[in-house]
Amino acid sequence: MPTVAPLDLQGHVAGVAFLGDIPFFAESSGLIHRLDHGHKTVEAHEGLLSSIRDEASDTLLTGGEDGKVLRIQADGTTSELANVPRKWISQVAAGPQGAIAYAYGKTAHVRLADGTVKDFTEERTVEGIAFAPKGLRIALARYNGVSLHWVAIAGQPVDLEWKGAHTGVTFSPDGRFVVTSMQENALHGWKLDTKPGAETRHMRMTGYPAKIKSVSWSAKGKWLASSGAPAAIVWPFQAKDGPMGKAPLELGTRANIMVTQVACHPIEEIAAIGYADGMIMVVRFADSKEVLLRRPGKGAITAMAWNKNGRQLAFGSEAGDCGVVDIAG
Amino acid sequence: MKIAPAFALGLTISYISNTPVPEGIPNFSEVPMTEATTAAAKPIPVTVLTGYLGAGKTTLLNRILSENHGKKYAVIVNEFGEIGIDNDLIVESDEEIYEMNNGCVCCTVRGDLIRVVEGLMRRPGRFDAIIVETTGLADPVPVAQTFFMDDDVRAKTELDAVVALVDAKHLPLRLKDSREAEDQIAFADVVLLNKTDLVTPEELAKIEATVRAINPSARIHRTERSNIDLTKVLDQGAFSLERALENEPHFLEQDDHHHDHTCGPDCGHDHHHHDHDHHHHDHDHHGHDHHHHDHAPSPIHDVTVQSVSLRGGEMNPDRFFPWIQKITQTEGPNILRLKGIIAFKDDPERYVVQGVHMIIEGDHQRAWKDGEKHESRLVFIGRELDREKLERTFKACEATPAGAAAH
Repeated sequence: MPTVAPLDLQGHVAGVAFLGDIPFFAESSGLIHRLDHGHKTVEAHEGLLSSIRDEASDTLLTGGEDGKVLRIQADGTTSELANVPRKWISQVAAGPQGAIAYAYGKTAHVRLADGTVKDFTEERTVEGIAFAPKGLRIALARYNGVSLHWVAIAGQPVDLEWKGAHTGVTFSPDGRFVVTSMQENALHGWKLDTKPGAETRHMRMTGYPAKIKSVSWSAKGKWLASSGAPAAIVWPFQAKDGPMGKAPLELGTRANIMVTQVACHPIEEIAAIGYADGMIMVVRFADSKEVLLRRPGKGAITAMAWNKNGRQLAFGSEAGDCGVVDIAG
Repeated sequence: MKIAPAFALGLTISYISNTPVPEGIPNFSEVPMTEATTAAAKPIPVTVLTGYLGAGKTTLLNRILSENHGKKYAVIVNEFGEIGIDNDLIVESDEEIYEMNNGCVCCTVRGDLIRVVEGLMRRPGRFDAIIVETTGLADPVPVAQTFFMDDDVRAKTELDAVVALVDAKHLPLRLKDSREAEDQIAFADVVLLNKTDLVTPEELAKIEATVRAINPSARIHRTERSNIDLTKVLDQGAFSLERALENEPHFLEQDDHHHDHTCGPDCGHDHHHHDHDHHHHDHDHHGHDHHHHDHAPSPIHDVTVQSVSLRGGEMNPDRFFPWIQKITQTEGPNILRLKGIIAFKDDPERYVVQGVHMIIEGDHQRAWKDGEKHESRLVFIGRELDREKLERTFKACEATPAGAAAH
């Protein structure tokens, strides 16, 4: 039976992550909590907007209302990577070779391991950043599409155009697809490995009743799970052309409670699904079998992360009721 | 709230080539015509300040931030610039218009507001209300529509009022050279006629009449140096269906005489409106140019916004709802605001409606009081409105056909 170790915090939790085996909870207030032989807290930001795990260095990257970009080590040590007074850093991303990226306004900044910073300016606000899995390349989500830039090579970006506001972006783990979440209730995808000169292949993933705030690639990138409906919507990407002509899986369907977060397991083809009422289930793709991990709580689930071996799941909510689920019990 | 029907059947993926396919224009009236959103927490009120450069927005903002009213405000500004108050909840944001991908030009929202409001609302305990200051040239419509069209923003905040500051001295000039100045007035719930010390009483009367002509339903306050009792600006509930029109006992009543004020003896404004309509019928777009030409000498006639006030008896809901939906769908781009109180036959409660372009919402507000006349009133503020058609089709929605009504 799964067991839940609760951690009650004060307010909205913007991100959770495991650094090693230590669960971290990044509160929007700017406090960063960790459970490392007891509850420890670092005052990192005056207002935190974004928090992600940098897989390459096993550290936390955070951006704040105070204009700072910070790197936080597993022992809580904090180092400042950038400081732009009075700007909101709502996007941070981590890439290969120690590179990180952050954005405010119309410009994305890529900071390389040696501390040099390269700027990439778009015509509209940069709303999402993702590093490609291979090569030092970034995708910037913006109004009317995505721009792909090689970081080290000066040159024209590849512009992937699609009308509308793109608010987030992700590469598939094999680098063959770029998928954005949009202001309208849809995902949009582009297939990148088309032959040179061939027509751009678009994927419109529509029909969601709500905006998609959370997407997660399954192990090896075979599936893309998404929120935005009263079920996790899971698109098949294993075929050459991705989900073309295929229906998505609908997992963990509930009558009228929206899924707010999804987190695919690091090894198995299962996903943790967090709901607007604070409930969490884990569901297997193969047979839609559901296991309840956590009963409804005080607020919507806003963040979830698995540890490396997939035995523990950390979660946070908009009301601050967090915890760690041990799957094996 | 309406949940999209049978989403399980609706999820689709389509592979297509480059051309985006516009989807149908969403029928917004279906969504908000029902109960208001029932969020667990009380929504945070949002006040939008508009007004041309130099009209006094920053002065008003500084007053709001420095006066001792015991409330805390988060302020979203385009530039920190002249705000001299130290407040860590002043957020800078670039005005960014999103056109929704459905082929409809009036479905615009402000993307930057969606992002900033979402960020602010993660820690709602920090402030009691939000103020959005727009730039002088800003279109107020996308700002307002953001609070109706974005589900996340709508769930946590509510638009309280759009407040327009007008520079009494320079309004005639502004109306001459910019459509935005006129839109800001047309769209406002509260108009502060500012810098009244810089004009003569006669000029002021003329300016006020112009404002009234553009927007017969706004509350107008005369001010010097943006000095106003803040209770007349903040916490107005102008977009709240419960409170809408409650504070305006004379709603629409000025209408009958506003034309006199506007034009005075030197020009028949009323006449000009009719003229305009007829031109429109006959010559399509040409009527518009013509009308400008005719009235060029007086700056006050650089007004392209008109209002149409409708008055009728008790309505048949089976006729009224399809009618208002059709009007807002087809005439939406020309409608800046609409507000009204509707009396439905055999309905003990007043029904209030209001709209912005194609977005319309309505709900029962309160019971009719004893002795209160059960009549329906509706005002449209917009451009190129077909007054005759609106009047005729509105009348046709009456429960008792107009012809049979006792007069």
